[in-house]
Amino acid sequence: MNYNWDWNIFFKSTGIGSEIYLDWFVSGLGWTIAVALVAWIIALLLGSVLGVMRTLPGKALPAIATGYVELFRNVPLLVQLFMWYFVVPDYLPEPLQTWFKQDLNPATSAYVSVVVCLALFTAARVCEQVRTGIQALPKGQSAAALAVGFSIGQTYRHVLLPQAFRIIIPPLTSEFLNIFKNSSVASLIGLMELLAQTKQTAEFSANIFEAFTLATVIYFVLNMSLMALMNLVEKKVRIPGMMGGAK
Amino acid sequence: MDFSQIIPSLPSLWDGMKLTLQLLVLAVAGGIALGTVLALARMSSNAMLSGLAKAYVNYFRSIPLLLVITWFYLAVPMILNWITGEFVAVGAFTSCLVAFVMFEAAYYCEIVRAGIQSISKGQINAAYAVGMTYSQAMRLIILPQAFRKMTPLLLQQTIILFQDTSLVYAVGLIDFLNAARARGDIMGQSHEFLIFAGAVYFVISFGASSLVKRLQKRLAV
Amino acid sequence: MSMIEIKNVSKWYGDFQVLTDCTTNVKKGEVVVVCGPSGSGKSTLIKTVNALEPFQKGEIFVDGVSVGDPKTDLPKLRARIGMVFQNFELFPHLSITENLTIAQQRVLGRNRDEAMQKGMHYLDRVGLKAHAGKFPGQLSGGQQQRVAIARALAMDPIAMLFDEPTSALDPEMVNEVLDVMVELAHEGMTMMCVTHEMGFARKVANRVIFMDRGAIVEDCEKEEFFGNIDARSERARQFLSKILQH
Ligand SMILES: Nc1ncnc2c1ncn2[C@@H]1O[C@H](COP(=O)(O)OP(=O)(O)O)[C@@H](O)[C@H]1O
Ligand SMILES: [Mg+2]
Repeated sequence: MNYNWDWNIFFKSTGIGSEIYLDWFVSGLGWTIAVALVAWIIALLLGSVLGVMRTLPGKALPAIATGYVELFRNVPLLVQLFMWYFVVPDYLPEPLQTWFKQDLNPATSAYVSVVVCLALFTAARVCEQVRTGIQALPKGQSAAALAVGFSIGQTYRHVLLPQAFRIIIPPLTSEFLNIFKNSSVASLIGLMELLAQTKQTAEFSANIFEAFTLATVIYFVLNMSLMALMNLVEKKVRIPGMMGGAK
Repeated sequence: MDFSQIIPSLPSLWDGMKLTLQLLVLAVAGGIALGTVLALARMSSNAMLSGLAKAYVNYFRSIPLLLVITWFYLAVPMILNWITGEFVAVGAFTSCLVAFVMFEAAYYCEIVRAGIQSISKGQINAAYAVGMTYSQAMRLIILPQAFRKMTPLLLQQTIILFQDTSLVYAVGLIDFLNAARARGDIMGQSHEFLIFAGAVYFVISFGASSLVKRLQKRLAV
Repeated sequence: MSMIEIKNVSKWYGDFQVLTDCTTNVKKGEVVVVCGPSGSGKSTLIKTVNALEPFQKGEIFVDGVSVGDPKTDLPKLRARIGMVFQNFELFPHLSITENLTIAQQRVLGRNRDEAMQKGMHYLDRVGLKAHAGKFPGQLSGGQQQRVAIARALAMDPIAMLFDEPTSALDPEMVNEVLDVMVELAHEGMTMMCVTHEMGFARKVANRVIFMDRGAIVEDCEKEEFFGNIDARSERARQFLSKILQH
């Protein structure tokens, strides 16, 4: 069998309008970033609330958060995505249901589903990191915060969370990278993100290797840039004399 | 909601589950084997060998599993064709298995490496002192201890892999999830079948992680 | 007038009784030292005073306010009582200045200038004004503990609780902290101190309490406690002979 290597393929016309293949990759990357960033922000907020809940005294709130984590950690991501895309919309209350199924164009409804899916999926992981971070703090810290008269809310806001988040930057970074990688499942419900565009390029041009090579390079560079960014963040919030920070 | 068609469909769902489990077992075995080799290479004093292993691991850890599955599905038949010179029919199962083994090996490698590094340096020195070669020391002394220590982590990664096998849906392999999807469509109860599939994944993963947690506690004592 | 009044307090962790019918009181301006073997319940007792530890039986009043009453505003009560911990517990992510001002601003509602002025005043008093811009991790243990005392004082407390403030310190740093505490005692601060520093007790304590297995075994004037060792309980004598050897 002969395979026609052609690294110029990305600059050739797709045959659709005036687009070249590279345009497809750019637009795919745009969707990937749009999915991952929005889902990440929601996951970070929700996960932090859940993580705090797991460390509160009493029974009910920690149990709710634990149940959430177990549910979202033990069902495959793809099953969750199908739930959000195929099942849940049918059970939405009326105005919402029409909006989701009829008013939104297909790309937008796929986008909404995958963002909700990844946000809730990742929130379970963020929750566990936040909980671990809070529990890693010396017990005396919350005692000292309460002793100066802070309420529970102030204790978390001013004392526990600022420290916990600094400790968990490395594992949070890896969740942040994961959400970009996981966003590729969106290709399975028809959202034209990076992987879907790669597949389409491979099919249209028959230059499978070039297409997938470019895709891996993009993911790799994305990964490296995000890691560099998080390193910068970590350095910026580092406290002198705290946890390995220079004195 | 009407779950009435689940019971009559159990045989075909079980067929899907068998494929899922087959893929899982083979991928875990291959992944751990390749991962161990990679870990040893990474820790080797040969700079080129360790550099290559490191590049392999970084590469696979920075791309999505789904991309690897899709790519290999398209590429493995072609590559085999180049190598052997003749057309070999490679099913989706084989290409998926190759994808999982190569991808998971990168993750297993890091677990194995941490496991080996957690064994004190005195152990390998003691093994050398009684006259063992590097390979004997690894096989007989270091790896058995390391694997005992990292069993919980390996199992956790395996539970993640169990869930990730559902991604073979992308290349049309009829695993448990895809069987449930297909069957649900035929029976006109696609929602119910999907929920059932989710519940089965949940019960298995949750049960397995609870067991791993218990094991972890026992090992910690 | 009693500033801290502890009446028949008992506390359990499940089946295990940590405090057994503890009764004592600390008058305004009085310095009371609490000692006893490790695990005897000293930390638990002192933490019940500002409700860091709940208790199941008995009553505690601080300046007339019932600590155990569910209607009591605990943050407000705690803001009036200063506490110093064995491990300092400065907030490591905040600068020394922020450590001194954050509770003044967020809890007492003081404005920035007022909080700064108060904070710097007490930081100066513990001799660390030059370190205002640093972070806790950049200070020695003794310096951190002095900042912790300043942090508590900046809240204008009506009483101070100390839980082994010097036992996590290297020996050469113990005195710099004790000096601050002695000065505070001389100024008339009401203090309840868990400590094994008997030199400090001799110098400034009005009363000494000895605890054993969750109960208050001795509670007497300093002169009586140290002057008449033979009248002390067996356990107290054992304990004293052990720590006085060092
Ligand atoms: N959270 C807890 N659960 C169960 N037992 C505890 C807890 N905290 C303290 N204890 C027990 O209560 C007893 C008194 O502790 P503590 O007040 O810290 O003693 P001290 O300060 O005198 O050394 C000890 O036996 C300790 O083991
Ligand atoms: Mg104590």
